Amino acid sequence: MTAITAPAISSTTAADAAAECFHCGLPVPARTGYQVNIDGAARNMCCAGCAAVAETIVASGLADYYRHRSAPSTKPDEVAPDFLRNLQHFDLDTAQQTFVRLDETGISRAELLLEGITCPACVWLAEQTLKRLDGVTEVYVNYATERAQLAWDGQRVKLSAILRAIAEVGLSAHPFDAALRSALRAQERRKRLFELAVAGLGMMQVMMYVVPGYLSAPGEIDPAFETVMRWASLVLTLPVVLFSSRSFFSGAWRDLAHRSVGMDVPIALAIAVAFGASVRATLAGHGETYFDSVTMFVFLLLGARFLEVESRARAAAAIERLSRPLPANASRLGAYPLSRATENVSAATLVPGDVVLVESGAIIPADGAIVEGASEVDEALLSGESAPLARSVSDSVIGGSVNIGSPLVVRVTRASTDSVLSHIARLADRALGEKPRLVELTARIASIFSAAVVLLAALTALIWLPVAGDAWLRHAIAVLVVTCPCALALATPAALTAATGRLCGLGLLATRGHAVETLARATDMVFDKTGTLSSNTLRVSTILPIGKVTRDEALALAAALEEGSSHPLARAIVAAALASPDAKRFVARNGVHGTGQGVEADIEGERMRIGSAAFVAELAGTALAAMPAAQTSNSCVFLGKKGQWLARLEIADTLRSDARESIAALRASGLRIHILSGDQPGAVEAAAHALGIAENVVAQATPARKLEYVESLQREGRIVVMVGDGINDAPVLARAQLSIAMSSGAGLARAHADMVLLSPHLRVLAQGVLLARAARRIIRQNLAWAIGYNAVAAPLAMLGWVAPWLAALGMSASSLLVVANAARLNRRNTRG
Amino acid sequence: MEALYLLIPLSVAAVLGIVALLWWAVSRGQFDDLEGPAHQILMDDDTPRAQEDRAPSTKVI
Repeated sequence: MTAITAPAISSTTAADAAAECFHCGLPVPARTGYQVNIDGAARNMCCAGCAAVAETIVASGLADYYRHRSAPSTKPDEVAPDFLRNLQHFDLDTAQQTFVRLDETGISRAELLLEGITCPACVWLAEQTLKRLDGVTEVYVNYATERAQLAWDGQRVKLSAILRAIAEVGLSAHPFDAALRSALRAQERRKRLFELAVAGLGMMQVMMYVVPGYLSAPGEIDPAFETVMRWASLVLTLPVVLFSSRSFFSGAWRDLAHRSVGMDVPIALAIAVAFGASVRATLAGHGETYFDSVTMFVFLLLGARFLEVESRARAAAAIERLSRPLPANASRLGAYPLSRATENVSAATLVPGDVVLVESGAIIPADGAIVEGASEVDEALLSGESAPLARSVSDSVIGGSVNIGSPLVVRVTRASTDSVLSHIARLADRALGEKPRLVELTARIASIFSAAVVLLAALTALIWLPVAGDAWLRHAIAVLVVTCPCALALATPAALTAATGRLCGLGLLATRGHAVETLARATDMVFDKTGTLSSNTLRVSTILPIGKVTRDEALALAAALEEGSSHPLARAIVAAALASPDAKRFVARNGVHGTGQGVEADIEGERMRIGSAAFVAELAGTALAAMPAAQTSNSCVFLGKKGQWLARLEIADTLRSDARESIAALRASGLRIHILSGDQPGAVEAAAHALGIAENVVAQATPARKLEYVESLQREGRIVVMVGDGINDAPVLARAQLSIAMSSGAGLARAHADMVLLSPHLRVLAQGVLLARAARRIIRQNLAWAIGYNAVAAPLAMLGWVAPWLAALGMSASSLLVVANAARLNRRNTRG
Repeated sequence: MEALYLLIPLSVAAVLGIVALLWWAVSRGQFDDLEGPAHQILMDDDTPRAQEDRAPSTKVI
């Protein structure tokens, strides 16, 4: 068996890194000493999470994974803890009905999105782990889409157990509720692929029949053979025109029906005219045929569209990755109004009459009426109403809206129909639905251009009509084909979708159409401190015993009281207690949560309280004795029992580990960095100093002051990006040209932000800026190419210097070039 | 040269045959994942098991 060596104490500094973690590849902080035996050698691990995952992998006989992988694994801490805590809600039928299909033999089927995949070995690991579960009957993992098709017997294994097994090997799996949509998309993709293949085969074979005619001198080939080869070409072009080019004809028909001219119109016209003329020539036995031009034109156009659709599908998949259906949960006040004790239940189990507590910034789980409290509610994502609405006792609230102000107690009036809330998915849908200004502009230009092309072709035909033979037809076809504005229409959307998808893969979700464009133009980036530059993981920094208790005892008591509370301070205390395993454990009973104040409970027969000084003073009954001042940047929590104070715990907010390098990288790309914080000057200056920021730092900023600061920057003509978190920032986020919210932040901030930073790493911002600029560069190149090409090719074709086959080649190559250029954005260094 | 009267129609038939074959392959989903199978063949579970794997308690979960 393998062994994990427990660490002495978890208070480590990340600075003195000794080696890399064998599992995730991050530096191992000194003095942790986690080790796991893999492949006959003890390997260092950076944290308990990595060690536990490595341990599970080895114990399940999957150590091969480490032999085959080609990239370090994802750090398991990044798997959302909320997700794991609420896994059991997935077992409810109501939660499953949106994404699980049950067949007649009792086998359930679902599609899971896998996360944390860094190389093919991860796919293998996921597949093996799933296959070895008792009750799982079928597993298929698609590497390209990182999705797993799964079938299992609900009697033998629960969905939550399957998801947990995946989490134990350091990956995570989310049920995917858009399975139907993805099946449809796969069907579409197959159809397009087949159309492309038919056009390709047709083109190759028609070329075989035509090339002898091009190479030989006139009259060298027996006219009888020429006739046979023409008929053969006709037979093979028929499916290309009737089957493969259906989309062009239906597109042109749709445009004409709407009395507009899109780029499908000249394409369809060119195909129809060229094919019609060729058929006539074949039947008549003389005249020119264009079968080779037609097939090549269709094949290359379909090729460009296929690439473009693939790139868009990849972007859509990256966004869909976020539409993980989280079972919405609720804090039910079971014994309201007698007790304030809450229990965490699935929103789907709520029935009318239940009373729930809705914390500030949380989503209201079901329709109801307010019983207690007054607050403001944001319904932006439900109704589009962007102004917060004031709500107080006896007002009704809608399930799915966000509580912005203070906590509310709500009596449910209607059972939740939305058992699976995916807040972020709605944001992503909005982003996909909105057309960026640039795209709309080029679409309009392309439409005008298409009309001009048809007119130009008609003009060319008229000019060449006096010339003998069918020169007029040949030249008109050439003009139609060569000047088709496909490249122009594809130039911007291809680059923007590729950039959006890639950004999403990095962990920066664009929820508004203009986001990529504005990010590329940004000149200033303004940061909020708490929750943005500092991490959300709070840490107990000092424990100051006041009575006769020891530090360890104080911590253990505090942890027992805070157990089960979701407050960030409470989680920090529980985490600190878990890290010192030798300490005595206590059990708290009859707990009461005083919202916003603290927790009260019985421990070993004594009533104790933890929370704010005022809250504990009520129980302690005495004033707090003089004690050394706490560090300005820290939050303090007090612990006391009847008649006695016990301890003060200081909790420090630490800077994100990559904050400094991220700020440096943003600076290096030419952005001015500002910090606006509501915190005390001491704490803000300390943070700014640690980040290497000397100027543009404002402490104790009220929301009004922040707004004023951003507005003054804008008056100077700067383009401001505001990176923030929490409710205080909402007005500034709205004012800045581009707002980026932290995904850990309040639901409201996310709903109003133009982009959401989903990744826990700030460095993604710097990567995002570079990527957005690269996208802008590529759009410019594409537009310059498309316009330049048409400007040169159109006069040449009108003069009759371009043969139809050359026109087809030139126009399609131009489209392919534009799409391929945009695809470079996807490929730029592998994964974020 | 008269053979061309046979060969050209044959080539047309061959292309149509290939199209039919392709239809079968595409509709069976053989082109859905172009990356995975290449890796899967290498990642097969055929390495001799390490000693600790033979220990009795190796069941997942």
